[in-house]
Amino acid sequence: MTSRTLAVVSAGLGQPSSTRLLADQLAAAARDELAGRGATVELRVVELREHAHDVVNHLLTGFPPAALRRTLDEVAAADGLIAVTPIFNASYNGLFKSFFDVVDRDALAGKPVLLGATGGTARHSLALEHAVRPMFTYLRAATLPTAVFAAPEDWAGDDGDSALRSRIRRAGAELAEQVDRRPPATGPADPFALTTDFADLLAGRDPS
Amino acid sequence: MQFGVFTVGDVTVDPTNGRLPSERERIKAMTAIALKAEEVGLDVFATGEHHNPPFVPSSPTTMLGWIAARTERLLLSTSTTLITTNDPVKIAEDYAMLQHLADGRVDLMMGRGNTGPVYPWFGQDIRNGIPLAIENYDLLHRLWREDVVDWKGRFRTPLQSFTSTPRPLDGVPPFVWHGSIRSPEIAEQAAYYGDGFFANHIFWPKEHTQRMVGLYRERFAHYGHGSPDQAVVGLGGQVFMRRNSQDAVREFRPYFDNAPVYGHGPSLEEFTRETPLTVGSPQQVIDRTLGFREYVGDYQRQLFLMDHAGLPLKTVLEQLDLLGEEVVPVLRKEFDSMRPAHVPDAPTHASLLAARDAAPAAGEQR
Repeated sequence: MTSRTLAVVSAGLGQPSSTRLLADQLAAAARDELAGRGATVELRVVELREHAHDVVNHLLTGFPPAALRRTLDEVAAADGLIAVTPIFNASYNGLFKSFFDVVDRDALAGKPVLLGATGGTARHSLALEHAVRPMFTYLRAATLPTAVFAAPEDWAGDDGDSALRSRIRRAGAELAEQVDRRPPATGPADPFALTTDFADLLAGRDPS
Repeated sequence: MQFGVFTVGDVTVDPTNGRLPSERERIKAMTAIALKAEEVGLDVFATGEHHNPPFVPSSPTTMLGWIAARTERLLLSTSTTLITTNDPVKIAEDYAMLQHLADGRVDLMMGRGNTGPVYPWFGQDIRNGIPLAIENYDLLHRLWREDVVDWKGRFRTPLQSFTSTPRPLDGVPPFVWHGSIRSPEIAEQAAYYGDGFFANHIFWPKEHTQRMVGLYRERFAHYGHGSPDQAVVGLGGQVFMRRNSQDAVREFRPYFDNAPVYGHGPSLEEFTRETPLTVGSPQQVIDRTLGFREYVGDYQRQLFLMDHAGLPLKTVLEQLDLLGEEVVPVLRKEFDSMRPAHVPDAPTHASLLAARDAAPAAGEQR
C-alpha cells in the first residue's frame, strides 16, 4: 500500500473560517478517493494565520523562522497540494500571496494543486481563474481543471447533495487521480548542494 | 586565533534621538573604531565596500592606508571587496600598494555584492555574479603570482605582457578569504585555491553557516590542501553587551527594532534565538561564541559587527572596551586550549613568507 501526503493550505483569517471548512472538505474528498485507490493518506494542514508573523519576518529577513521552515518543507515534500484562499479585492488575500512568495522556487513544479476559494458573493468566483490559477501556473504547478468556489449561498440550505458537494467530490477525485499516477514526491531540493565543480566554473560552463 | 571587528559603514539615524551623522562623521567614526580595536588588543579591522547610500566606504584602500599609518599591529582587511564590479587589475595594484605601506598587515575578503543596480554602474550585470567572481579572481590570483601576464577572458579587455605594480610585498600575495552566505560555488572556489572561507554568520540561521563551512572543508581536502579540519575558516558575529544583561537588552532594543536588514521584523528575542546575535553580559557573549566551534569546528578568525544601526560612536567604543578587556582574552585562551596542534592559525604575511622560504623553489615564480 502506497503512502501519500497532501498539504492543505488555508489562508482563512476568521476562526472558525469558511475557507478552512472548504479546505477540509476538499481534503476529505481527495483522501477518500485516494484511499479507494489503495493508498494511505496523511494530511498536513497549514493554517497560514498561525504563520502570519513568520511569513512577514521571512519577507523582511530573507530566511524563515524554524517553525515556518518545517511548514515550507512539508509543502515542498507533499505529493499534492490543496490551496484555499478567501477572495479579497477580486484576488487572493495578502497572506496567501505572501506565503507562496516565500515558498522555495521550484517547490511546486509539477505538483498537482487543487485550488479553492471562498467569497462574500458568487460574483467573485472567477477570481480563481484570473488571479489564483495564473500564480500557480507561474510556479509551474499542475493545477487541476476543477477549482472550487464557495459563496454564502453554497453553504446555506445544504441538502446533503448540493452543487458545492458534487464539485468538491469531482475536484477531490481529480487531485487523487493526478497524485495516484505520479511517483512519490522527493521532497525539497537542497539549496546548499554543490552541483558543479571548479573546473566547470572556471571554464564558464553552466552546470544547469 | 584572530579576533576583530568588521563594519558595514552604514549611515543610519540614531533611533533614540533622531540624529543622522554626516558622512565625514561616520567615516571618522570608522577610523576611530579601527584605532580603538588595536588599542584594546584586537587583531583585525575589516571594512565593507559599498557604492550606494546609505553606506560610505567606497574606497577601502584609502581608509585602510590611513589606518595603517596610525597603527602598529592591526591587520587590515575587507568585508568584502567586490570581486564582481571592481577591475581585478585595480584590486591587484591597490592591495599590493597597501601591503607595502602597511608592512604586510593586509589580507582581504572577496564578495559579490547583492544589489542589482550597482553592477551596471561598473559596466556589469548581476546575473553574471558567479561567473564574474570566478573569472576576476582567477585573473587577480595570477596577477599577484606572475610578473608578466598574458590573459584573455569574457568580462574585461585582454592583457598583453602586463605587469601589475607594485609587485606584492616580498613576492607574497595577501591572503584571501571568500565570503558567501549561501552560494556553494563560492565555498568551492575558496577550497580550490586553498584560500580562507568566511561565513557572514550574522543575519542568518547557524544552519546556513554549518552547511557552507562543511562543504568548504570537504572540498578543501578534495583539492589536496590538507585535512578538512585544516581549512581556514572565519566567522562573523554580532553582539551588544552591558555588565547586566537586562541593561544590554533595554539599550539595544531600539537599535534592533529600527535596524536596516532585520528591523521592523522579528523581535529581538526571536532574532537572538534564530541567529547568532547575542545581546547580554560579556559572559553570555563568551558562552555563545565558544559554542560556534561546535558546528563549524576549530576556526581561525572571529569578527564582530559592533557599529551598525545608528549606534553612537561613544557606545561602540565602550563595546570595544568590553570586547577587548573581558571577552576576547577569555575566548583566546579557551579556543586555543581546545584546538588540536595540527589545526593551523590564519595565515599572515610573516607565516606565508616563512612557508615560501621553507618550500623548495622549483617552479615557483618569485
